[in-house]
Amino acid sequence: MTAEALAGAAYLVAALLFILSLAGLSKHETSRAGVAYGIAGMAIAIVATAWLMVQDAIFSPAGLVGLVILVVAMLVGAAIGLWRARVVEMTGMPELIALLHSFVGAAAVLVGWNGALFDSGLEGSLRDIHHAEVFIGVFIGGVTFTGSIVAFLKLSARMSSKPLVLPGKNVLNIGALVLFLALTVWYVITP
Amino acid sequence: MTRIGIVAEQEGETRVAATPATTTKLLGLGYEVVVERGAGERSAFPDTAYAEAGATLVDGDEAWASPIVFKVDAPTQAEIDRLSDGATVIGLMSPALRPDLREALSTRGITALAMDAVPRISRAQSLDVLSSMANIAGYRAVVEAAHEFGRFFTGQVTAAGKVPPAKVLVAGAGVAGLAAIGAASSMGAIVRATDPRPEVADQVRSIGGEYLPIEVEEQMVSSDGYAKATSEAYDARAAEVYSEQAADVDIVITTAQIPGRAAPRLLTAADVASMKSGSVIVDMAASSGGNVEGSVAGEKIVTDNGVIILGYTDLAGRLPAQASQLYGTNLVNLMKLLTPGKDGQLVIDFDDIVQRSVTIVRDGAETWPPPPVQVSASPAAAPVEAAAPPAPKRTMSKGAKLGLGVLAAAALFVIAAVAPAPLPQHFTVLALSIVVGFYVIGKVAHALHTPLMSVTNAISGIIVVGAMLQLTNDNLLVQILAGIAVLLASINIFGGFAVTRRMLRMFSKGDQR
Repeated sequence: MTAEALAGAAYLVAALLFILSLAGLSKHETSRAGVAYGIAGMAIAIVATAWLMVQDAIFSPAGLVGLVILVVAMLVGAAIGLWRARVVEMTGMPELIALLHSFVGAAAVLVGWNGALFDSGLEGSLRDIHHAEVFIGVFIGGVTFTGSIVAFLKLSARMSSKPLVLPGKNVLNIGALVLFLALTVWYVITP
Repeated sequence: MTRIGIVAEQEGETRVAATPATTTKLLGLGYEVVVERGAGERSAFPDTAYAEAGATLVDGDEAWASPIVFKVDAPTQAEIDRLSDGATVIGLMSPALRPDLREALSTRGITALAMDAVPRISRAQSLDVLSSMANIAGYRAVVEAAHEFGRFFTGQVTAAGKVPPAKVLVAGAGVAGLAAIGAASSMGAIVRATDPRPEVADQVRSIGGEYLPIEVEEQMVSSDGYAKATSEAYDARAAEVYSEQAADVDIVITTAQIPGRAAPRLLTAADVASMKSGSVIVDMAASSGGNVEGSVAGEKIVTDNGVIILGYTDLAGRLPAQASQLYGTNLVNLMKLLTPGKDGQLVIDFDDIVQRSVTIVRDGAETWPPPPVQVSASPAAAPVEAAAPPAPKRTMSKGAKLGLGVLAAAALFVIAAVAPAPLPQHFTVLALSIVVGFYVIGKVAHALHTPLMSVTNAISGIIVVGAMLQLTNDNLLVQILAGIAVLLASINIFGGFAVTRRMLRMFSKGDQR
């Protein structure tokens, strides 16, 4: 059993737990169990990945630096997250969730940038696909980030809630999508 | 320590202004409670129960002489004469319709509080008598209809043949209408409901009714929580709907009332004539003129074609124990508001909109009408852009939908077929997770939408795994970026789960209050 195989098995269990979590959240009676499943799934996924990292990193200085960063970042993140969740007013809940959601978008953008920054060691069409995935990932992460930030600002009344309707917004949206597709292709074919 | 007198009501009123349970709560606020002998008899609360709760039983004159008097109905002139100087009397006064009563009360420094003048704001819900009485009346209207109706409400298949379910039309989905819809649908009837406010459609559906929209190009936006008079175009269309429905349904319950005005006429004599023999109509607005032509306040009428029209005006009073308990609790909640020190001292604060609104006479001076109250929750505060007729939704034809579906399946097929090694597996996972997500999230209870959002959001923090795998990279820049990503994702994961748990704790049964 390699560390990869173990991690793969752990991810499968985590994924099933996530499904149970969402299913549990659909009824009052099972909602608390649902949250517990979600937490368990997340814990398993993180521990498995951390184990992979340790296997990978223990003999290289860069890997050790990575482990230190992991511990510090996760502790700080957990502290901030738990603190915000504890002090938020119930009426401020939607704002907090929107803000948290924007963090996921930002994290996805960063992960995508990283994917572009180092050589993945992939060849041929797989490399192209990787590039496309990175590009699409950054795009979706960016949309999530800005969208959630705007939602947060609107919910917390720091921004007017009036819908901003640009003339020809459908054309603009489709244009942006087409431009995005073209840029993706361009990014993939340039070495 | 001020004394509160619970007096017996006039003949015909079955309710009482305090129950043994609410008596205990009044004592807890620091008041002394005296109860006129026999006051709770018609609500099935014997004198001994009040005595056990801590009240003193007295005769009528002594109860009326208390500094604070709790009533259900408005006091008569004779009863006002029995009040002591400077007393406070609390009851249902219908101040808008009774200038004579306001005048009669403006003597001898009396203060009068009208429980039916509580503004409809969320803070005052706990003392809104009209809502609690309407709730009971709506339930009782269904019970009365079922009593007169010669058939089952629910459909059955029996050895002796098939029984179709009764069809019930509820006109007006306010508090009474919703209670009626809930009671009728839980008895198994097919329930339909109409209301000029389209926003109640969801409420109707959530308790088992079917909302019949009356489609004209105007929508009523209520600024004070009550329904208003409707336009001509609306009325014309509504009349058509009622005529169609009258011929079809077995039971009609009308609840349409507009404060301070005659009730709108919903069913004409022709509509009633078109109904099947044995059908039942309950006109809950009979006391203010009636929604149904031919209804008589307080009476049961049988028309020539065998339709029974009930115009009972005492529907809430026909459930006296329940009505007294809710009314008594409303009074306790008012007293909580008026007794900030919990010391048995009644204080009326005119800066508080609720206290201002219920006070119709203060120290002998008439203070009606109160300044108008806007319901903050109503959408009318903002200029309503939604008033423009909604553009007809363009729905795809069945053929186009099928075509798109086939196209998407083909595209997925081609991509999965030509993609190199690891990709088809990834596509399998993607496709399956979309399906699972769709079905898992498809049937969520309404109240759980926000917790589900928040847990889904926490789970989306799984991006942390991607960031963690990049942390062991040789490139320091990559490591720093990945570190920031881990930080952000961790905030989301821990915060998301913690906040969801906090939210769900609010739903827990039992240990509330």
